[in-house]
Amino acid sequence: MKRRHFLAGAAGALLAPALPRAARAQYNSIEPLIRAITGGAPLNQGRVTLELPQLADNGNSVPMRVTVASPMTSADYVKSIHLLSERNPVPRMATFHLGQRTGKAEIRSRVRLAGSQRVTAVAELSDGSFWSGSAQVVVTLSACMDES
Amino acid sequence: MVARVQIPKEAKRGELIELRIVIQHPMETGYRHDEIGRLIKRNVITSLLCNLNGAEVFRAELSPGIAANPYLQFYTVAEASGEFEFSWIDDEGKRGSERQSIVVR
Amino acid sequence: MMRSLAAALVAAVVSAAPLARAQERGIPPEQIRSGSEFLGADLRALQGDDFANPGMLWVERGEELWRELTGSGARSCAGCHGEAATSMRGVAARYPRIDPESGKLLNLEGRINACRVARQGAAPFGYESENLLSITAYVARQSRGTPLSASIDGEAKRHFDSGRAYYYERRGQMNLSCAHCHEANWGKRLLSETISQGHPNPYPVYRLEWQAMGSLERRLRACLSGIRAEMLPYGAPEYLDLELFLAWRARGLPLEAPGVRR
Repeated sequence: MKRRHFLAGAAGALLAPALPRAARAQYNSIEPLIRAITGGAPLNQGRVTLELPQLADNGNSVPMRVTVASPMTSADYVKSIHLLSERNPVPRMATFHLGQRTGKAEIRSRVRLAGSQRVTAVAELSDGSFWSGSAQVVVTLSACMDES
Repeated sequence: MVARVQIPKEAKRGELIELRIVIQHPMETGYRHDEIGRLIKRNVITSLLCNLNGAEVFRAELSPGIAANPYLQFYTVAEASGEFEFSWIDDEGKRGSERQSIVVR
Repeated sequence: MMRSLAAALVAAVVSAAPLARAQERGIPPEQIRSGSEFLGADLRALQGDDFANPGMLWVERGEELWRELTGSGARSCAGCHGEAATSMRGVAARYPRIDPESGKLLNLEGRINACRVARQGAAPFGYESENLLSITAYVARQSRGTPLSASIDGEAKRHFDSGRAYYYERRGQMNLSCAHCHEANWGKRLLSETISQGHPNPYPVYRLEWQAMGSLERRLRACLSGIRAEMLPYGAPEYLDLELFLAWRARGLPLEAPGVRR
């Protein structure tokens, strides 16, 4: 009787969260950042393509390409593109300011990612609308410790 | 600061041209520790500007979320001959710049 | 006495990873592959992109140093060697080699510093200093594509033998030799990385893990820390002997400096 209770108790303990909340990966909501960018205006999904590798070679330097579908004329162009991280200690990764003479709304760079996460790009268009796209990246640790 | 810029030397008026820049800079995050555990002070390039004949073509605000030795590639439409000037500044106030001319026919 | 002899014999058998015969390499020649082949598409492309390859920033700085007047004689490398693209073509691929004047084994970094001291009256650049990395990257770049061809004849032979013995010797908390990963298990996975054959041909290298340029010596130190062995200090003769063995082991592979690695 006692043994059955003990085993049931042990099974219950296994089902409980393995780590205390504080020890789990720190993912932050990017909602406050988006609100700061849009000023409360609606955020539309689409037009923005954010490309990052599914599996990063190394979190220190991950290739990134962000493209916004836009004619890029003086009447209709992309004003700015914001890159947001849900896991980096500094969640506003970069802001790129474009203009009427940009021609093509495409930026390439290499970013730093503090672990596996979703990266989000928010574009502000000349008509005041906001659009977003995102990409999920897996970032693993290096196999061997390097203290060189 | 060592920096390299790649822009076509010539272009036709109205042609889309690609600009690339890479800057030697550690983009120190401020979250790393040295070999005896001291925090290494943050120092990243915070802003970069690209002008053509003084008019803004592209501007970027950067953070530790941009990799060391930052690389940027963007576009502009060739409108007039002149000089592209890239300029940037980091957390320590150090400035850098690169210039390159273009002939637009 | 018998006990210690038996123990020595056991140790010898246990510590011998697949030992190559004197002139044979542990990996059959037709299977020898550069580390570039174990990279993902992004890093392979980055290495091949002469503009975006971050190592080229050091090469560019190296060119400035090549032309800079320095030392008590206010001489530049260019003053004697002219244009590096001509005079340094193929040179890096022959290193490490015995310096005929001193009889010492020198890697490219050592050769550059020997020149600085003896011919320019300048202080040697420090190990892993930005200056040394830059000038080495610049000189090595001039041999891009040249097959490695370090000599192990004459004075070099004993260095080669030492380097080879070091390569096959177990060490560290993990009790591994270089061969355990790079000869017995190349091509297999360690976490999400594929183990390469451990060749020196891309050095000096921009390593993403370092977020900077680094020498082969630094990479060897990184390997030692990886197997939880004590890292020998920069300049230790073991590194140089090992570099010679590695260059011989990789002979025929094209030099790829400035390389890009994880």
